[in-house]
Amino acid sequence: MSAADWRRAMNLQPPRAGAAGGPRSGGASAPRPRRQLTNPVRVRHVLVLAFLIAYPWFATPFFTFQIGAQSLALGLIALSLTFLAGAGGMISLAQMTVAGLAGYMVAIFGTAATNGVTLGWPWWLAVLIAIAIAVLAATFIGWLSVRTEGIYTIMITLAIGVAFYYLTLQNYEVFNGFQGEQKVFPPTLAGLYWRDPVPFYYLTLACALAGYLFVLYLLRTPFGIALQGIRDNARRMRALGFNVTAHRVAAYAVAGAIAAVGGVLFTWYNGLVTPGSVGTGWLINILVIAVLGGMRHPIGAFLGAIVFVLLQNFAIDVFDRERFNLVIGLVFLVIVLFSRDGLLGWWAALSARMSTQRGGSPWTAARKRLYAR
Amino acid sequence: MDSRKKTVVRALVAAVLAVVSGAAIAQAPPVKIGLLATLEGPFAAGGQDGMRGAELAVKQRNGVVAGRKIEILKASSDAKPDVAVNATRKLVEQDKVDIMVGPLSGSEGIAVKEYSKTQPNITFINGSSGAQGATLQSPSPNFFRFNTDGGQWMVGVGKAALEKGYKRVMVIAEDYAFPYSQVQGFMTEYCKLGGKVPVKAWVPLGGKDYSSVIARIPKDVDALVVVLGGADAVNFLNQYEQAGGDKPMVGGSITVSQDILNYKGKRRDSLVGTIAGAPIADAYDAPEWKAFVADYKKNFPDGYPSPSLFALVYYLNMKATLDGLEAVKGDLSDGQKKYRDALSKMVLKSPVGDVKLDANRQAIGTTFITEVVKDSQGNLYNRVLKKIDNVNQTLGIPPAEFKIGSRDEPNCP
Amino acid sequence: MTRPARVVWTLLIGVPILAFAAWALQDNARLFVITLLNGLTLASLYFIVASGFTLVFGLMRNVNLAHGSLYLLGGYLGFFTAQFTGSWLLALAAGFAAAAVVGLAMQVSIFRFMPGQDLRQTMVTIGLSIVIADLLMWIIGAQVHQMSPPAVLDGPLRGLPVIRAYSTYRLSLLPIGIVIGVALWLFLNRTRVGMMIRAGVDDRAMLAAAGINVNLIFATTFAIGAGLAGLGGVIGAVELSMVPGEDTRLLLASLVVVIVGGMGSVVGAALGAAILGLAETYGLAYAPTYSVVFTFVILVLVLAFRPRGILGRPA
Repeated sequence: MSAADWRRAMNLQPPRAGAAGGPRSGGASAPRPRRQLTNPVRVRHVLVLAFLIAYPWFATPFFTFQIGAQSLALGLIALSLTFLAGAGGMISLAQMTVAGLAGYMVAIFGTAATNGVTLGWPWWLAVLIAIAIAVLAATFIGWLSVRTEGIYTIMITLAIGVAFYYLTLQNYEVFNGFQGEQKVFPPTLAGLYWRDPVPFYYLTLACALAGYLFVLYLLRTPFGIALQGIRDNARRMRALGFNVTAHRVAAYAVAGAIAAVGGVLFTWYNGLVTPGSVGTGWLINILVIAVLGGMRHPIGAFLGAIVFVLLQNFAIDVFDRERFNLVIGLVFLVIVLFSRDGLLGWWAALSARMSTQRGGSPWTAARKRLYAR
Repeated sequence: MDSRKKTVVRALVAAVLAVVSGAAIAQAPPVKIGLLATLEGPFAAGGQDGMRGAELAVKQRNGVVAGRKIEILKASSDAKPDVAVNATRKLVEQDKVDIMVGPLSGSEGIAVKEYSKTQPNITFINGSSGAQGATLQSPSPNFFRFNTDGGQWMVGVGKAALEKGYKRVMVIAEDYAFPYSQVQGFMTEYCKLGGKVPVKAWVPLGGKDYSSVIARIPKDVDALVVVLGGADAVNFLNQYEQAGGDKPMVGGSITVSQDILNYKGKRRDSLVGTIAGAPIADAYDAPEWKAFVADYKKNFPDGYPSPSLFALVYYLNMKATLDGLEAVKGDLSDGQKKYRDALSKMVLKSPVGDVKLDANRQAIGTTFITEVVKDSQGNLYNRVLKKIDNVNQTLGIPPAEFKIGSRDEPNCP
Repeated sequence: MTRPARVVWTLLIGVPILAFAAWALQDNARLFVITLLNGLTLASLYFIVASGFTLVFGLMRNVNLAHGSLYLLGGYLGFFTAQFTGSWLLALAAGFAAAAVVGLAMQVSIFRFMPGQDLRQTMVTIGLSIVIADLLMWIIGAQVHQMSPPAVLDGPLRGLPVIRAYSTYRLSLLPIGIVIGVALWLFLNRTRVGMMIRAGVDDRAMLAAAGINVNLIFATTFAIGAGLAGLGGVIGAVELSMVPGEDTRLLLASLVVVIVGGMGSVVGAALGAAILGLAETYGLAYAPTYSVVFTFVILVLVLAFRPRGILGRPA
């Protein structure tokens, strides 16, 4: 973007006439700009939040658990990919691998009904260890993938994912092979069994909200801005003195932590984790979810997850039982063909059309340029 | 009676009839039964036939049981346990089925069994899943399996193999739970009677290239025990014959199932002479079986020439479901307790013999030892060598000593 | 790479392999030689399928994840052609043509309108692969389709030294693979169209600037790449049979081959196919439990140390 655009985006005054230099953060006569760390909270944010909190009160237990909680848990895993790809420009197909690894670790260190290893440690210790191990794994994956770019990153992370799948399939001593780990459940705390629909929904909602706000916050910190700079032009960032590799690996680690939390929740939702949970099908599904929703904003991950879960559950009712794979594929195809960035892309195109008719603000236009690629 | 009285009487009779029939209709809401099978992926053909078997059981009762209309809600999975549980949960909690029949594959069965423990007021009946763990380890009080499991299906094959002169065999099987149970069913008897298994080749699931396994076949084995399913069996047979192999084979239960004997290609001739163990035998000559086959062929002209293992097993489970409903006259009240009692005590009359349930609600049933032969039209089918009744889940071993089959268990090199 | 580094790497990789070979030969020579042949013949099949994949990526930067579905499509059509006409050669031609036509349609109707949007194209190919695979299962059914080899290649070849017998058809895969490889090389290096394709792989913008109809070249390349997948499908239908699910397997294999060998390089595809084929078959023969993990670990290691593959060129 041009210097003038950048200045407009940052709400700064242009330089005085005659000064040909670069951006200066305001001259003596310019007021100091208000620096905002978050977007202003709008009506729609409040409405959506209220809807999410009130949801279990008017939805059936099935909808709360299988649709609501599952979407939120899946959305969290997809959020890790949206963060990594949207802000970091690195599309990793190994996010579900990290999530599945966290699930396996919870089963192995916690309680599970299995012939293999299960240590039976207290649930909070198991969860902490699982997330720690998953973050370590994500860092390792990042270290392996960091020198690749674009398509090659997709390949290497897919290969790592498939290798992990076969490891869990063939190894019985630790991963219990084909059967996987069964009966992996959240604990009973404060008199509540946390896998009951309503408590579990609120648990996933809390985690999803935390993840979402965390990513939003991260995107505006120096680290997040640097990451986006690396996405746009790594060479320039390197010339400016940023350690590109370290930033990228750190991004993988952060995304790994988010995916790990999502993975634990998703495993608790299913009550089991098997090699099928980390197979190519699911690796691609996470990518489908992220692309479906749109990678320009973290909310896209959750939008994609909701659409995906609804399709998975109800396409079979609308179309012939055996053809619903075709339906999912077609819906996905239509969205990708006719939108530059999934559902959010359609939304942006729609609001752009409406805002140009009404005369949109320079901030909206600049923000589109900031995130769009 | 004068005409006015007649009119009144007629009106009264009509009213009574209307009330009674209205009450009858109001008293008999349809019974909703969920049906789950794998309709996607490599087991799709088996899943389709399974659904045919279940539908046949419904058709035999003309869609009504104990005065209630039968409503079948179908769902599909792709042999993944989490997909199966999601589909089951949707049928049970969203579509509010009364009874759940399914799933098809072993690991799905274990996952659905675990889910059934969270829904104590719904009865879950198996589809065709044959994993031993579904009823042997931490069984669920409302999960019933009217079909025998993978290990039970191979009882008697060990003895038959020795009778054919196969003193040393090599096992070639896929590396997961169902083949483990089949190999255990075979080897328990075979090893006890003096047979030797020098090499066991466990092939990773989904591997298509058997050239390396074929290269490892020792010269001094008499036969190959091949426990592969679907496309893998076809692949292996083809590659083995192309490589010049000519050892006879002993098959697992899905190695010589109808969907393999029907594969489109010429190589299936190499299957003639294979012995196997299964809960089904195409050429069984009992009148009940013949009637079943005729019924299947009449209702499903686009099905296989003879119902497959999946069709029979789904039929058994659905028939048990409906027979139980009839025994309690459609009464599913009180958390379905009476219904489950009826199921536990039931002696199911099936086309292949009687089926009883043991303490874990696992079937004690019949196993056939079969041999593949070709009929006059060139179709392959399984001829019955022997029929063994009352096969129980621990294969005749005392339950305390019984261990679920694994890669290394049992062993007799 | 400096000379000492090259020597170290050669020793690091070469010595364990030679040691293993020596041990295996004296342990069971027949198994070793058969596995060698198995690996090379499997590599031929992988090469045929992967060469199309690498061609499409090399020129158009389009990771065609529907490549596996094209393999399946070609295989099924070849099967039915062989059943109908009884000629294996016609089946080969039909499989090639069918996949090429579908590939052409994909390029002309969809990808042409998304120049430069690599991720979006990849997403579209994912969607297409799901749709094509399900359509095929709907029309053709889920049963196994095993094609018979042509009569002249049917049955085992007996009386061979050390290994005694080997599948004739499987052995013929080696010359078939070599013929196709050579034909492809000749096409790329000795024809005008091939020259344009190679130029496009090196510098797409210059190609357009030189006044060549880039869309036509792209369409041709995609058609050939897809056709090779279909051809591979017909060949694989005999050796490995056709069933839903094969598309994912062959796609993964193509990915591994092309990554290890280097995207955009046909020689790289041959090298990658050889490595993958041998690793898979030796793994299955000597260490079956973790053979597939081992294969992917090789892939990850190659990528970690040579991110573009062994013979790859920068994107």
